[in-house]
Amino acid sequence: MNAESTPPNRTALLVFGWAWVGLPFAYGVYALVQKVTLLFAG
Amino acid sequence: MPPAALAVHLSIGQVYAWSVFKSPLETEMGLSGTASALPFQLGIVMLGLSAAFGGTLVERNGPRWAMFVATACFSSGFLISALGVVLGQYWLVVLGYGAVGGIGLGIGYISPVSTLMKWFPDRPGMATGIAIMGFGGGALIASPWSAGMLSAFGDGRGAIAQSFLVHGLVYAVFMSLGVFLVRVPPEGWRPRGWVPAEKAATSMITTANVSARNALRTSQFWLLWGVLCLNVTAGIAILEKAAPMIRNFFAATATPVGAGAAAGFVALLSLANMAGRFVWSSISDLVGRKNVYRLYLGVGALLYLVIALAGDTSLPVFVLSAMLIISFYGGGFSTIPAYLKDLFGTYQVGAIHGRLLTAWSAAGILGPLVVNAIADAQERAGASGPQLYALSLYIMIGLLIVGFTANELVRPVDPKHHEPVADDENRERHESGEAEVER
Repeated sequence: MNAESTPPNRTALLVFGWAWVGLPFAYGVYALVQKVTLLFAG
Repeated sequence: MPPAALAVHLSIGQVYAWSVFKSPLETEMGLSGTASALPFQLGIVMLGLSAAFGGTLVERNGPRWAMFVATACFSSGFLISALGVVLGQYWLVVLGYGAVGGIGLGIGYISPVSTLMKWFPDRPGMATGIAIMGFGGGALIASPWSAGMLSAFGDGRGAIAQSFLVHGLVYAVFMSLGVFLVRVPPEGWRPRGWVPAEKAATSMITTANVSARNALRTSQFWLLWGVLCLNVTAGIAILEKAAPMIRNFFAATATPVGAGAAAGFVALLSLANMAGRFVWSSISDLVGRKNVYRLYLGVGALLYLVIALAGDTSLPVFVLSAMLIISFYGGGFSTIPAYLKDLFGTYQVGAIHGRLLTAWSAAGILGPLVVNAIADAQERAGASGPQLYALSLYIMIGLLIVGFTANELVRPVDPKHHEPVADDENRERHESGEAEVER
């Protein structure tokens, strides 16, 4: 069996899944970048 | 599948943000620094043990079962801890977060690994890199989130208990996505247009399978155990002392590093750790696992030498070298499942990976022990600045060279350890199905 026989498009679920994990991750990266600037600014 | 894996790994990665709770617990429950670290330390020990002993169960019952167990244990750990804080019983916090939560860490860590490699047989390094990057990224989310929550709930034991309660509930919901989404591919599934390469006589990528029990009887398993242990030891040595190390290094220069800048350095290392897990592991799909470990261990040793020789002459050189070392540390974690898959096949790679993670527990003790003991001894001897760490740096170079040598000794597994082909065929017949298997 190969990828041609995978189930129908699940775009909505895929977008939801990535947003579920991506948004908290983006928040974490944002908080981190704010700290990193202190190394060269402070 | 990657969001399912990330939902679990981004959650359990919270363990690296435990330090946020240390000071409040010490203040409100009258604990020493050593005592407040106990839940974290027990959690890491339980991670290694549950991954080692639970690996076979995970293989047998599937990733959905494993993610459910991980969710239940990790969330319950917070809820038990909340109860412990309310009742003023610290042992309940240790038991809850450390023991119960620690089982969630171990089972959760290995839960998506073999499934990801089955979904992405063409890029197993990238696949595991995504998930294990999540473990590195978990603290990035939890650290500011937990600190903000503690601040919002005010002072007193009630604030800590409420924070634990909210953590338990939110992580239960967040991790449930993984339980809901995870799927095992049908037997024989492969990506469009991808044809497995024919096995060469000297290939480091096997098409055979080795059971977890037999893997322990091979030199390859123990060589990789040593490689992982030494690579992690070298990384932890910097991670564990990052903030005091950079401050000590540049204390006597015209531009000393302040507390805020040191926090920025720690954050930068977190970023390198996380990025290394994805980038180097993905590159290993192109250049091979053995070569990428040559990079981690060989170039890592050279970078330690650069730090030792450069001393306090250049802050950018120090920061860049440390970042690369930590990226190799992260890469070592995320590349090892694919290395195991190459050598032992996908049959019980999750269980084998679980057993190998005991190397992490050993390194977690060895690395900080070496650096702290030497730095303390040097300080007592009147040393300062880079001299505090010089001996540790040279010891790390030695350990990385030993790890490099161990990696060079890794050869394909002797066919006598392979599972009988007939068994494979029986298993395939037994497990075959056209639809995705949900378990």
